[in-house]
Amino acid sequence: MDERTTSALLYLDAVTVSFDGFRALNDLSLLVQPGEMRAIIGPNGAGKTTMMDVITGKTRPDTGDVYFDGKYDLTTLDETQIAELGIGRKFQKPTVFDMHTVEDNLRLALKGDRQARKTLVWRETPAEQARINEILGTIRLGSVRARVAGSLSHGQKQWLEIGMLLAQDPKLLLVDEPVAGMTDVETHQTAELLKQINQHKTVVVVEHDMTFVRELGVKVTCLHEGSVLAEGTIDQVSQNDRVVEVYLGR
Amino acid sequence: MTSSPLIRALDRGAVGFVLVLAAIGVLVPLLNLMLPPTSAWQVPTYLVALWGKYTCYAILALSIDLIWGYCGILSLGHGAFFALGGYAMGMYLMRQIGTRGVYANPILPDFMVFLNWPELPVYWYGFNHFAYAALMVVLVPGLLAFVFGWFAFRSRVTGVYLSIITQAMTFALTLAFFRNNFGFGGNNGLTDFKDILGFNVQAQSTRAALFAISVLALIIAFLICRTIVASKLGMVLVSIRDAGARTRFLGYRVENYKLLVFTLSACMAGVAGALYVPQVGIINPSEFAPGNSIEAVIWVAVGGRGTLIGAVIGAIAVNYGKTTFTSGTLAPYWLFVLGSLFVLVTLLLPRGIVGTWHHLWQKLRERRTAAANPQVAAQAEPTPKPAE
Amino acid sequence: MSSYERIIAVVFALGLLLASALAANAQGANAQSYEAALAGFTKDSFNDTDDAINAVAASGSPLALQVIEALQDGRLLFTADKVFFTDQSGTLLDAASGKPPATAPTDAQPVRVNNRLRRTIEAALGALTLMSPDPAKRVEAAQAVFKSHEASALATLEAALAKESDGRVKRALSEAHAAVILFQDDAKEEDKLAAVTVVRDRADQDARGLLAGLPSGQSPAVQKAAADAIASIDNRLAMWSGVQNAWYGLSLGSVLLLAAIGLAITFGVMGVINMAHGEMVMLGAYTTFVVQEVIRQKAISLFIPFTDIGFRIPLPFDLSIDWSLPIAVPLAFLVSGFIGILIERGIIRFLYGRPLETLLATWGLSLILQQAVRTQFGPTNKDVSNPSWMSGAFELGGITITYNRLWIIVFTLAVFVALLGLLRFTRLGLEMRAVTQNRQMAAAMGIRTARIDALTFGLGSGIAGIAGVALSQIDNVSPNLGQGYIIDSFLVVVFGGVGNLWGTLVGAFSLGIANKFLEPYAGAVLGKIAILVLIILFIQKRPRGLFALKGRAVEA
Repeated sequence: MDERTTSALLYLDAVTVSFDGFRALNDLSLLVQPGEMRAIIGPNGAGKTTMMDVITGKTRPDTGDVYFDGKYDLTTLDETQIAELGIGRKFQKPTVFDMHTVEDNLRLALKGDRQARKTLVWRETPAEQARINEILGTIRLGSVRARVAGSLSHGQKQWLEIGMLLAQDPKLLLVDEPVAGMTDVETHQTAELLKQINQHKTVVVVEHDMTFVRELGVKVTCLHEGSVLAEGTIDQVSQNDRVVEVYLGR
Repeated sequence: MTSSPLIRALDRGAVGFVLVLAAIGVLVPLLNLMLPPTSAWQVPTYLVALWGKYTCYAILALSIDLIWGYCGILSLGHGAFFALGGYAMGMYLMRQIGTRGVYANPILPDFMVFLNWPELPVYWYGFNHFAYAALMVVLVPGLLAFVFGWFAFRSRVTGVYLSIITQAMTFALTLAFFRNNFGFGGNNGLTDFKDILGFNVQAQSTRAALFAISVLALIIAFLICRTIVASKLGMVLVSIRDAGARTRFLGYRVENYKLLVFTLSACMAGVAGALYVPQVGIINPSEFAPGNSIEAVIWVAVGGRGTLIGAVIGAIAVNYGKTTFTSGTLAPYWLFVLGSLFVLVTLLLPRGIVGTWHHLWQKLRERRTAAANPQVAAQAEPTPKPAE
Repeated sequence: MSSYERIIAVVFALGLLLASALAANAQGANAQSYEAALAGFTKDSFNDTDDAINAVAASGSPLALQVIEALQDGRLLFTADKVFFTDQSGTLLDAASGKPPATAPTDAQPVRVNNRLRRTIEAALGALTLMSPDPAKRVEAAQAVFKSHEASALATLEAALAKESDGRVKRALSEAHAAVILFQDDAKEEDKLAAVTVVRDRADQDARGLLAGLPSGQSPAVQKAAADAIASIDNRLAMWSGVQNAWYGLSLGSVLLLAAIGLAITFGVMGVINMAHGEMVMLGAYTTFVVQEVIRQKAISLFIPFTDIGFRIPLPFDLSIDWSLPIAVPLAFLVSGFIGILIERGIIRFLYGRPLETLLATWGLSLILQQAVRTQFGPTNKDVSNPSWMSGAFELGGITITYNRLWIIVFTLAVFVALLGLLRFTRLGLEMRAVTQNRQMAAAMGIRTARIDALTFGLGSGIAGIAGVALSQIDNVSPNLGQGYIIDSFLVVVFGGVGNLWGTLVGAFSLGIANKFLEPYAGAVLGKIAILVLIILFIQKRPRGLFALKGRAVEA
């Protein structure tokens, strides 16, 4: 019998975060099972990004529990430790390293020894080379691998960031608005990509684009004013009166 | 990135630079020692000492460029590490004076006799051995940097806040070392050196040798910096410089990386200070002055930060200017020139001399490839300017 | 000769005097007995002079003291029938009336004295002072007795105590009395114990010294009482010392606040660390100097350095130096503020978003400004005087308070309140606060951030100029003035946090007081070092300072 509090991979319970009186997260509770993909929707200011900040250690909750893999208390760890545990995040605005090339970005993100001394003498192994090639193929940026990342288009940067996420080989992927600014074709491709990734990893996606969410075809959680408003399939949630009132409209 | 970092470090520019330095390091002492003073080609001894001083400044500039140009840590207190290394060497040289001092005390330096101190303080023990002093040259600045950095980086002090507290650090040391009863010579500092490793400090041959050693040290420092910069470590440093938070989210212990280069940089600065002292003949607490550290930063800015070669060139150029101005009738105008240098370089030449050179070269190359392949050029967006 | 030795003379003369004083008409002598006494000086005999001295002293005439002092200095003159003396300025006065005589005598000679007479003179002077009509002189005489605790003064003291009506003098007399008692071998124990209490209540260094120096052979009760009293005095002294340090700390804190508040504003609104801030302070100090020079020279002159090219406009009116500060304050504000705006428009504006570069550029600017001032005014300290209403000091309890520092504290608080008002109640203040909290949002709402930047920088520099005016009153005015305050100003800003004036206030005063409390233990230099180290450690716990702004927008 192990000491796991829960079988869920990600466990949030009654999490509250206040910024100078404004409650960004208000008694939020959420469970994500291993191997699941979850879509998080909700109006602006609902707390989606703050929730991600709390999970990745950027913001400390005032009250509440956050557990990863049943045993790691994320409220006591910092960003680096949480990243090393196996939680990877793609940010709302693509934050790739503009000054490095596409493949260097992947090299940096590649799972491996992060110790400072070791990076001095690091030489790329054939296995690592292969992995990078593989990721480049998945995110379809092979042709621009030597290009400086700052010169990529917006959509390409989004994919590069997803690629970096893959390179990290995390257990849990947090993807914040992956299709913002993408064309319909790119959106469809991204949905396929995420579904592919979901075969081996747990994914939490935050998005506004309802077509995209529908295409993912997974359980949806709607946040509003810092707590969960509704949860279920996309149809259940989009027919929920409250959700329609605060978010979807019509 | 499959090759060893050292191989990657030695690109064309680096090799050329090292060769030039090596040539200077060999030629100057030869021209000084082999030729008679009457020859037009002879390098006079005072120039050897002066250029030796410039070389030490160049090493200091390299150490600053490593952490500022590549990791974004603007230390305005590196003069402190330079001075600490200098004092360690100075203490060794003081112990070597022995009975040849004014008070002819075999153990106590003159200023201690003057202060009526009965015996050598504990922290002076061991400095009569060169090996110990050499160790202290690296250890003391390194230890200070390690402790300081540990506190600062762990609490994520960055940007101007960090710069200010490095100023505060060097200011505190200035105050401490100026005190006459601190045991380091007070406001007179340590001077009147006689021997180093048995050689007369002021002899022509010693000066030439010190110059050559300084150039060697510069080459080694340059190679170390190049290796770091060309390795994955360098890649991470640059990431930290431009997107520190993102680097954290990738699982990198940013504090440790900063601490590593900061400490290394301090050790380098200490060595620079140690080589500086026998060539200049004195070390006093004004070396700790906050203004000195800021001036060292402008050498790097003028030369071009983030280029390493630029740091060396900047250090030599600015100090050459300083020597020219302050030794002639233009002396009162030097501060105007220096101040304007700060303003103009930051406003008009943010990349520095070498950086601008690289940039123009890059633009030229891009225009050439654009002329050759029009459709590729249309696709590419402009390369972003290096961030703060 | 010191007052203590004077009082020794009081010793036996007092016996004589008391007898003669009591014997004389106790309702105060009348002019007749005074004039009669004066006649003794015309006899030119030592014995007569001796009697005359005592008689004059006992007469109670207000001129008695002057006459006897004149005699001591050899300024007392006599003719066959009249006595004269010259006063301190050399004017010849008739001793009987105290006024210049109708006709100046031609044959007046100085009254001779010998050693015995000198002792008589000393004693008379001493007695006159203990009984002097001036309460201040009585207190002074009593203090002297306290220090010398001469047993023979006892009788006079008791007589004086009986007559005394002024409370302050009475206390001084009773303290002197107690001192004498304690040093009397044959005094009763209960008297001595009472005396210890009196001395203890005096509670200053002299009292402590007296108690510590009691002759050996005291009874155990007295010894214990003395020891307890010493401990009690030590506590009181320590407390007052603490209060004095707190005062110095407040003073230093107010100076730091003035110097740092401009920096806090520019850093808060613009994120710019202005290394030339110290020079803005320096310019304010020099403005004060120039204003005072103009007043002193009664002309405005401006010359290009090293040349004779320039002009000089004489002023048609006279102004006292007391007006220099009220003129200098707005002028310094304008000068420094204007230069601040120039800097912002000319340099800072182009370095927006690059705080480290701004730091370097402004450092270069500070070098230029310092050298410019050095060239124009010379490198040495300039003399800036305190106006009369800022000179002097007063005692409050056990501490000394100087007026200049007091006024600076008042001034600083006034400036602080004015700034608070500006930020809270004016449109400009509102816009400045908006830009501090979220620049992009403020710009999106139509606030002209460029204009705000320029005005903010001007305001911050202007306040620095005002700080310079204040500093000129307590510190040396030289081109390096700014350098001495720049690091401290930074530390105040770093410690107090940014974006909040209260943070700067608390930061400045805490640092000032901490500095002054450490100083007595560690010395000025080590104290400063300790403060620096403490701040570096503090930043660990709170990297953004005491009163940091929180929230998402600020993270940027």
